Amino acid sequence: MTSRLRQLLYRLRSFFRSAQLDRDIEAEMSTHLELAIEENLQRGLSPVEARRQALVRFGGPQQAKENHREARSLPLLETLLQDLRVALRMLRRSPGFAVLAILCLTLGIGANAAVFSWMEGLLFRPYPMVANQERLVALTGTTQSDRTALSWPDFTDLQRNCALFDTFFVSKIMGTTLSIGDRAQVVTGSIVSANYFNALGVHPILGRAFDPEEDVGRSAHPVTVISYQLWQDRFGGDPQIIGKTQRMNGVIHTIIGVAPEGFYGTFVGWAMKFWVPASMEDTFEAGGYKLEDRGERWIESYGRLKPGVTLEQAQQEVSAVANRLEADYPASNRGRGIKLWPLWQTPFNNAGTLLPTLETMLVVVVFVLLIACANVGNLLLVRSFARRHELTVRVAVGAERGRLLQQLLIEGLVLSALAATGGLLIARWCSHLLVLLLPVRNGNAMHLPGEMDWRVMALSAAVCFAATLLFALVPAVQASKIDLAGTLRSEMAGVARGRGKSWVRSSLVVVQVSLCFILLVGAGLLLQSLQKIRSDSPGFSTNGVLVTAVNLSASGYDAQRAKSFHDELIDHVRALPGVESAALARQTPLGYGTFSSAPIAVDGYQPPPGEQPSADYNQVGPGYFATIGIPLVSGREFARSDNETAAAVAIVNETMAARYWAGKDPVGERLQAKGQWLQIVGVAKTSKYYSMRELPKPFFYVPLRQNFTAGAALTIRTKLRPEILAAALSRELKTMDPNLALYEVISLQEQVDRSTSAQKVAFTLTGTLGGLALVLAAIGLYGVMSYTVSQSTRELGLRMALGARSSELFRLVISRGLALTCGGIFLGAALAAGLTRLLGYLLYKISPYDPLAFGYAFLVLTIVSLIACFLPAWRATRVDPIVALRYE
Amino acid sequence: MSQSKLDLLQGTLDLMVLQTLAAMGTLHGYGIARRIEQVSGDAVLLNQGTIYASLVRLQQRGWISAEWGTSTNNRKAKFYSITKRGRKQLSEDAAYWQRLSEVMGRVLALPEGSGDK
Repeated sequence: MTSRLRQLLYRLRSFFRSAQLDRDIEAEMSTHLELAIEENLQRGLSPVEARRQALVRFGGPQQAKENHREARSLPLLETLLQDLRVALRMLRRSPGFAVLAILCLTLGIGANAAVFSWMEGLLFRPYPMVANQERLVALTGTTQSDRTALSWPDFTDLQRNCALFDTFFVSKIMGTTLSIGDRAQVVTGSIVSANYFNALGVHPILGRAFDPEEDVGRSAHPVTVISYQLWQDRFGGDPQIIGKTQRMNGVIHTIIGVAPEGFYGTFVGWAMKFWVPASMEDTFEAGGYKLEDRGERWIESYGRLKPGVTLEQAQQEVSAVANRLEADYPASNRGRGIKLWPLWQTPFNNAGTLLPTLETMLVVVVFVLLIACANVGNLLLVRSFARRHELTVRVAVGAERGRLLQQLLIEGLVLSALAATGGLLIARWCSHLLVLLLPVRNGNAMHLPGEMDWRVMALSAAVCFAATLLFALVPAVQASKIDLAGTLRSEMAGVARGRGKSWVRSSLVVVQVSLCFILLVGAGLLLQSLQKIRSDSPGFSTNGVLVTAVNLSASGYDAQRAKSFHDELIDHVRALPGVESAALARQTPLGYGTFSSAPIAVDGYQPPPGEQPSADYNQVGPGYFATIGIPLVSGREFARSDNETAAAVAIVNETMAARYWAGKDPVGERLQAKGQWLQIVGVAKTSKYYSMRELPKPFFYVPLRQNFTAGAALTIRTKLRPEILAAALSRELKTMDPNLALYEVISLQEQVDRSTSAQKVAFTLTGTLGGLALVLAAIGLYGVMSYTVSQSTRELGLRMALGARSSELFRLVISRGLALTCGGIFLGAALAAGLTRLLGYLLYKISPYDPLAFGYAFLVLTIVSLIACFLPAWRATRVDPIVALRYE
Repeated sequence: MSQSKLDLLQGTLDLMVLQTLAAMGTLHGYGIARRIEQVSGDAVLLNQGTIYASLVRLQQRGWISAEWGTSTNNRKAKFYSITKRGRKQLSEDAAYWQRLSEVMGRVLALPEGSGDK
C-alpha cells in the first residue's frame, strides 16, 4: 500500500521533471556505452567493432529510453494531456461547429445549474450563515384534515420532552412601521424564542443575543436585535447603536444587538430587519397575549435533529409528545397532532409555494439538456464521418481502438467543460431571476437568492460528465468501429430510406422532437391554467377596487384612538374626488395575511363525534360588501350602528348556511363563535378567501367595531388609478398623523394576480425553456435533413436523370422530415400523457390530457419542422443531374 | 540471437539487479549489467538497455537508491546501492523463487505417463 503510494508520488514528481530526467538517462546511457566500448577495446577489438558490439549488447538506445520513460511516467496523464491538445486543435480547426456545440450545451448545463442554485438557495440551504441546515426540520400542528400553527405552551413542552433534537426555536414573521427621523417605513421582522440566535449558531457582531429569561412575562422585555442592513440604512452604521432605542408598535424597544451581515433570518422569501423575543408577542400580534394559552396557535417553529436521527424517528417522538398533550389537555388539543417537515417542504413560507414550480423546472431543464445533448451528438456524428479519413489512418498505423475512443470522449469533455463554465456564469447571472418574476410587495422585492456553493458546482460538474457520455459516447463508439476495408467504398445514404448509420441520427431527432413535444404540452397546459385562474371570478369585484392599509397598532395607537381615527379616515377617503365608497376590514381576500378562526356552534346542528366545528372569519366595517362587490343573498350588511353597544351580529356565507342550516335562510337564527352568541343578519355569496384554488368553504363576517383590531386594511371603490389615489391618500394621511405610513395601494386584480404568481412563474419559465427547446430541436432536424440531402446528391441526381420532377424530390425530403417529426410526436404524446399529471398543483381547472394543449403542441411542432426541412428540400430540387452523376 | 539463451520472465530482472547490488555493494548501470552477464555465464538474453527501466522501477519502490559519482576511469555515472527495504524485499523474493523453482523441478521431474499406472 505505502509502496504503491510511494510509486505514485515518484511518478508524479517524474512527470513534472520529465526534461531533466531525459537528460539524466541520456548521460547514463552514454557513459554505459563508453564503458562497454572501452572494455571491448581492451579485449583487442577494432574501434569500429568495439562500438558495434557495444551497441548490439545494449539493444537499441531509443527503445531503452522509451522503456525508461514508460516505467517512470504516468501514462494515463500523459496520453490525457496529449488528447487534450489534439481536442483543442480540432476545435480551433472547426470554429463553427465548436461554437454551435458549446452554445447548445451552455444553455443546457446553464439552465440546470440555475435551477440547482435556486433549489439550493431556496429549499435546501435557504438560510445563509445558519449552521447544520441539513438537520433542520419545520414543525406545524395538524387537525384531522388541516395543518395549523403551534401554540407556545405546546412548543415549550416539545422543548422539554424531546431527546432526539438538539434544539427547537420559534420564528414568526410579522411587520411593523418603523418611524425614524422623518421617514416612516413598513418593515418585516420576526418574533423569536430567546434561544433563536444560539440555536442557529449566529452571533451578533455588536451587543448580545437574547437571554433565556427574555421569553417570559407579558411585554416584559422590550429589546430587539436589528439586522445589519437596517443598522446601515437607518442608523448609518452607528458604532454606538447598542443601548439606543426605537419605537415599534408604540413600544420603545432597546437595541441590544446587531446581526451579522448576510444573515436574513429564517423565512424563505423575506429578509428580516429585526427580531424581538417571544415575550413581546402581545405588542406585535393581533389577538392579545397568547404565551399562556394552549388553544392559541400562532407560532411557526423549527427543530434541529441530533446527528444521525432520521425524520421518521423524530416524528415518532414528537407524535408521542402530541398524544400525551392530547390526553392531558383535551379542551385545547383533542384531535390534534404535530407534524415535522423537511426544510424544503416547509409549508408556512415561500418554500412550500415554490416547491412544485422548482420541481417542474428540474424536469424541464433536464429535457432541455437532453435535447441539447442530442443536437451535439448529431453534430459530432456528422463530424466523425468527415473525420473518417483521419481516424482510419490512425487505426491503420496501429492506434488502439480504446485510445481512439478515449480521444473522442476527451474531445466531448472539452466541449462540455467549456459549456459548463459558461453555464455556471449564466446560472450566477440568473440567481436573482426568480425575484424578477415574483411581485414586489410594499416596495420590498422578495428575497429569493440562488446559492452557488460547492454542492451546486459539483452537481453541475456531474451533469457535465453525464452530458458528455450522452452526446459523445455513441459517435465515439461508432467512429472507433471503423471498418478499414469499408472506408474504401464511399458511404451512401439514401434520402428515401436512411441506411446504415443514419438511423442513429434519426433516432436522436425523434427523441428531441418527443422531448420538445412534452415541454410544449406542459407550457400549453400552464398557459391555459394561468389564463383560467386569472380570468376566473374570485367572487368579488377585481376591477375598480383598490386595497391598501394603515397599521395603527404598529404606530402605537390604542383601541380608543384607533376607532376615532378609523371613522375620521373613512370620512376623509369617501370625500376624496373619484371615490365611490370605502370600507375597513381586518384582511382582504387573497392577501398575504391569514384570517382568524373560531370554534362555532349552531342551534340544532349536531356535529359528528370527535369534531369541533370551526370557521374562519373576517372583521369588516360598514359598507364592506358594497365596496368589495360581494353580493348579499339575503338580509342586510353591517351599518355604523352595529357597534360595541349594539347586539352582536354576524353575516355568514352561502356555504356555511348550506352546511349548518341545511339550506334554510339563517337570517334571524343565531351562531355561537368563541363562546359568544351572534345574531345572523345576512347571507353573503361565497367567495375565494386564501387562494383561487380552494374549494368553497364556510366563512363568516363580524362587525369590526364589535371585534376590534387597530391593524386594518382599507378597501376603496373608485375609477382612479392606484398611483393617483395613493398620492391623494398620502396627503390626507400626512395631515392626520405624519408618523403613519401608507401600505402599497394596489387593485384587487393585482392582489389576485400576486396570489397566483406560482402559475405565472411556472408558465414563464416553461414557456421560455420550451421555446428554447423548440429552436434546438429545429436545428437538430435541419442538420439531419441537410446532411442527408448532401450525402445523397448522387441518388437525387439519378432520380432526376430518370425523370423525377423537382416537386417530387421536394416532397420526398419533406415527407422524410415529417416522418421523423411524427415519430417524435407520437413518442412525446405517449410520454406527455404520463408526465403532465406531475404538474398537479400548478394546473387549474384543466385536465392533464387537455386536447387543446396536445393539439397546439402538435401544430407548432409540425409547422416548425416544415420550416426546418424547407431549405434542405429546396436544395434537393437544385441538384444538377450531370454534376451529381459525375460526383466522385 | 541464439535460441539457447534464456528469455527473462517478467520480474526476474528486477530480482537479479537487487541480488547483484546486495552482493557487490555500489555499482553503476554498466557494472550491474556486466555482473549479471558474468554470473549467468552469458546464458541470459539481456539487452543491457533494459536494465535502466528496471532500475527506475526499483527506485520508485524505494528498494534501491542512486547517486551521481565518477567511475574508475573518470566518467560521470550514476551509482546504485540497495536499501534496507530492498534487502528485506530481496530475501522475500529470493525465498519465493527458490520455492517456485523447487516445485517446478519436482513437477517437471514426473515421468511421462506415470498417471496411468
